[in-house]
Amino acid sequence: MKRQISLLSNIDWLSVILYVILITFGWLNIFAVNYSPNNSTFFSLEHRYTMQFVWILVSWFFVLLIFVIDSRFFSFVAYPAYGLGILLLVAVLIIGTAIHSSKSWIVLGPVNIQPSEFTKLVTILVLAKYLSGYNFKMNRAKNILVALLIVFIPAGLIMLQPDFGSTIVYGALLIVLYREGLHGGILLFILIMAIIFLLTLIISQFTLILILLCAVAIAYTVLKKRVAILLTIILFAGILTAIFSVLVAHDLFPHDKYLILLLITGICCIASLIYAFITKARELFLIVFILIAAIGFTYSVDYVFNNIMKEHQRNRINVILGLESDPYGYEYNVRQSKIAIGSGGFVGKGFMQGTQTKFRFVPEQSTDFIFCTVGEEWGFLGSAAFILVYIGLLIRLILLGERQRSKFSRIYGYGVVSILLFHFAVNVGMTIGLFPVIGIPLPFLSYGGSSLLAFTIMLFIFIRLDASRKTYLL
Amino acid sequence: MEQYTNRKYIIGGIILLLGLIFTIKLFSLQVINSSYKLSAESNTRRMEIVYPARGLIYDRNGLLIAHNLPSYDLKIAPYELEAFDSTELCRILGIDIQTLRDAIQRVLRNPAERFNPLIKQLSPEIFGILKEKQFMFPGFYFSTRTLRKYEREIAGHLLGYVGEVDSSIIIQQPYYELGDYYGVSGIEYTYEKYLRGEKGRKYKLIDVHGRERGSYKEGKFDTDAESGRNLTVTLDADLQEYGELLMQNFTGSIVAIEPKTGEVLVLVSAPFYNPSLLVGRERDENYNELKNDTLMPLFNHAIQALYPPGSTFKPVNALIALQENSVTKNTTYYCDMGYHARGVNIACHNHVSPLDLVHAIQHSCNAYFCNLFKLTIEDKDFGSVEEAYSAWRNHLIDFGFSDPLGIDLPYEKGGFIPKPSYYDRYYGSGRWKALTIISMAIGQGEVLTTPLQLANYAATIANKGFFFTPHVVKSIEGIDTLNQKLMISHQTGIDTTYFNLIIEGMELAVNSPGGTATWIRHGDIIICGKTGTAENPHGKDHSVFMAFAPKNDPQIAISVYVEHGKWGATYAAPIASLMIEKYLTGTIDPSRKWIETRMLNSNLLNEK
Repeated sequence: MKRQISLLSNIDWLSVILYVILITFGWLNIFAVNYSPNNSTFFSLEHRYTMQFVWILVSWFFVLLIFVIDSRFFSFVAYPAYGLGILLLVAVLIIGTAIHSSKSWIVLGPVNIQPSEFTKLVTILVLAKYLSGYNFKMNRAKNILVALLIVFIPAGLIMLQPDFGSTIVYGALLIVLYREGLHGGILLFILIMAIIFLLTLIISQFTLILILLCAVAIAYTVLKKRVAILLTIILFAGILTAIFSVLVAHDLFPHDKYLILLLITGICCIASLIYAFITKARELFLIVFILIAAIGFTYSVDYVFNNIMKEHQRNRINVILGLESDPYGYEYNVRQSKIAIGSGGFVGKGFMQGTQTKFRFVPEQSTDFIFCTVGEEWGFLGSAAFILVYIGLLIRLILLGERQRSKFSRIYGYGVVSILLFHFAVNVGMTIGLFPVIGIPLPFLSYGGSSLLAFTIMLFIFIRLDASRKTYLL
Repeated sequence: MEQYTNRKYIIGGIILLLGLIFTIKLFSLQVINSSYKLSAESNTRRMEIVYPARGLIYDRNGLLIAHNLPSYDLKIAPYELEAFDSTELCRILGIDIQTLRDAIQRVLRNPAERFNPLIKQLSPEIFGILKEKQFMFPGFYFSTRTLRKYEREIAGHLLGYVGEVDSSIIIQQPYYELGDYYGVSGIEYTYEKYLRGEKGRKYKLIDVHGRERGSYKEGKFDTDAESGRNLTVTLDADLQEYGELLMQNFTGSIVAIEPKTGEVLVLVSAPFYNPSLLVGRERDENYNELKNDTLMPLFNHAIQALYPPGSTFKPVNALIALQENSVTKNTTYYCDMGYHARGVNIACHNHVSPLDLVHAIQHSCNAYFCNLFKLTIEDKDFGSVEEAYSAWRNHLIDFGFSDPLGIDLPYEKGGFIPKPSYYDRYYGSGRWKALTIISMAIGQGEVLTTPLQLANYAATIANKGFFFTPHVVKSIEGIDTLNQKLMISHQTGIDTTYFNLIIEGMELAVNSPGGTATWIRHGDIIICGKTGTAENPHGKDHSVFMAFAPKNDPQIAISVYVEHGKWGATYAAPIASLMIEKYLTGTIDPSRKWIETRMLNSNLLNEK
């Protein structure tokens, strides 16, 4: 009994209250969207709000279960659970049911289960377990590779479904690695790659390579404060350009500026490498290699974009980048979503008064676009308050994470924060037109049993770990 | 192990930054930018247009020419659509299954088409059948509008037709919206803003599937439709019908004007078409058929065709010569079977000689008018040939021969009276004189006029010196005064006494032995007329006649062109005389029925 009491008093009630606020708010919005005076009695599972209510009760049952179980259980069970998760992901590829052209669902009688919602949870558990292990060193390449593999296996399997949205969620776990000491340069590298990826889609490859050259040259000059080398390279490149101009003018070389640029770049790179080898300038070596890698990357982007991504995903990215405009096609969802949120004004239209969401102008208004109802019916005040609560929960979870004495608990906590943050950022971002439309739910608000249950369990495992932080030391 | 603790600040900072960015974006979306509120309104509010009935059209005697019949557009509410018997629907609509499928796909696939009709302009009969069986076709509903119905299927060119607006019209005139009708030609075009009425609007709340969710703000902004104003045209429907009957086998035109007012009594352009063809679902098909017809039934000869006036031009040449004192009524000339001077030879027919001015008109003597024209153009009172020519030309402008007269119908053409500079370019300045352009003495050569201008010219002679701008609308319901421009008389500046000579000559031409058109003489009505033969370089000459009657109190002035009819007296004159008789007596005297029969039995449609 004594243990139970101390456990209750150690629970972080602020997180629980924020969670309850979000869950209640979410349910109210699902009710507002789906309620109609013509609807039959409340207790009919036909209605989404009734279904969601049932799932909330189910989730809370699991919360009770979590608090009954010994906290060490979650660490011990990590690997078997992970194995089971991987099995489920493989199973869903074989026996799964396709909804919206993604084979993500296993139908069990009256309920559909989405294994990818649960594998996030087990992946965090295993990652926490592995990173908190004695022998783990963040500067050891083998360890980093294993850590990345833990993330990539489920992500890759989900990609096969294919469910692009759920796949990229795993990318958020980089935040965990960063907190645990992953070299900032690697994150910076990934960030630069992302920028290059976007630039490749927006501007021509020719311009992009020129920009990369300039960026590298400036970076080197600034870092090493050696203007002479830069000037030498520019002079060298200038002479090469002049030679090629003469050749082209006399039809001795194909009139292809793209090819010429590549050749000049290549010759300059080789010359720089030779120079670097002679003078043993390591940095120059590194920079030339980065440049070559970046240029190579721009080619792979074209391939990924045109061959791996699906057409609707390409279209959505194009819409966000402003490359395509088609108000009744791909842009329709985002436009209707922005109209719904924008029309809410400062104080909103009031509970159940939203015409855009109620009359179904917004697609998926109970699941991925639930935030539209928040924006329309609760206005700027409600939306801002909602964002404050959400950000508050995330910050609170970071504080909880930092106060853990166990590395496992801290890493797990950061995993939860990363996943929630990513969902929140992408989901709200897409409804207000800051991100491409990627179909991932808004945790605790979106309609859907699997996601509600998975996120609740994910959060409360951490609250459970935190509650027993004083007794639990691995 | 704890060396990376500081990284919590970076991660926390990123989260706070994200919250800040979202809040700022939401503020701009919800508070600063108000366009989303308007978009939301237009999303959920459907304006249903209540279409007004177009104004009715009556003839000068109050006979109904055009009114409206209801027509029905078939629409669908996609969300309420259920499986239905498509074969039955196709059978009722009289379309094939593929057409129906395409139409439904068009509406379902494209959100912009949500409220557009599936099938337009169903007839009341089809509507009746479908309405009875509407229960079989859930999700289908109707919207009502009206279409023109012609009580008298005449005067297609004058009435014009109504069509759907295109984007260029919408850009020019914001009143119109896609799907609206407007007058494309004829008086439907000119008097569009009176005929169309005012659209009414009803605002409904709708959901994304277009289902009604009640009226918007309790109908506070709804307005009723206002019917168009009724129009009375100057046309005499019976006479118009008779004119079309007479012209059924000819190409050409009849234009009749009431001289005292400038009101157009008849405006026939042959070949003509039934205005009912350009109404309803078959409109496009019929229009293309008419458009591609080699006889060009859509072309309005009466106000758009340009012909040489031929000998009908002689009276005005005589009037100008008299006014400029180039000749007197006693000036006589010999005619040696034509006019012969320094390389110019213009033939004339056999008639007594010499002739004075009145009898020269009676006999239409070419030689006389060549001499008269030479005196006018080389009048010593003027400094030069050019100045004399300009004076002559100005007189013609006063008669309305140059610019369009300004009839209240669209696309009217003007005639052509060359400027002196035209000849300067052609022959060089000072290098041309009367003989160079002598063919204009007898209405040939460069001069061109429209049939309307010729009728207006007949009216001017009947009025002895002035005319009113010809017009086709007599009154508009609820509008007291018509265009003031129509009420001003245009003076020619030629003395009335000179007109008496011309009228005498035109009277003799029809009523006295030796005249050019005596066979069409009417026992009781004194018709004053002038025949003409318009030279046609492309084939047989055109038959021309202009006249007015009765001589002492002119009620009707008329011009008739019959293409390829050769002599003015052969077709144009008898048609004009029949029209005059019909107008003045209401019937054709049995003693003249043979003239009518001869006209009805002639056919020049295939002449070239």
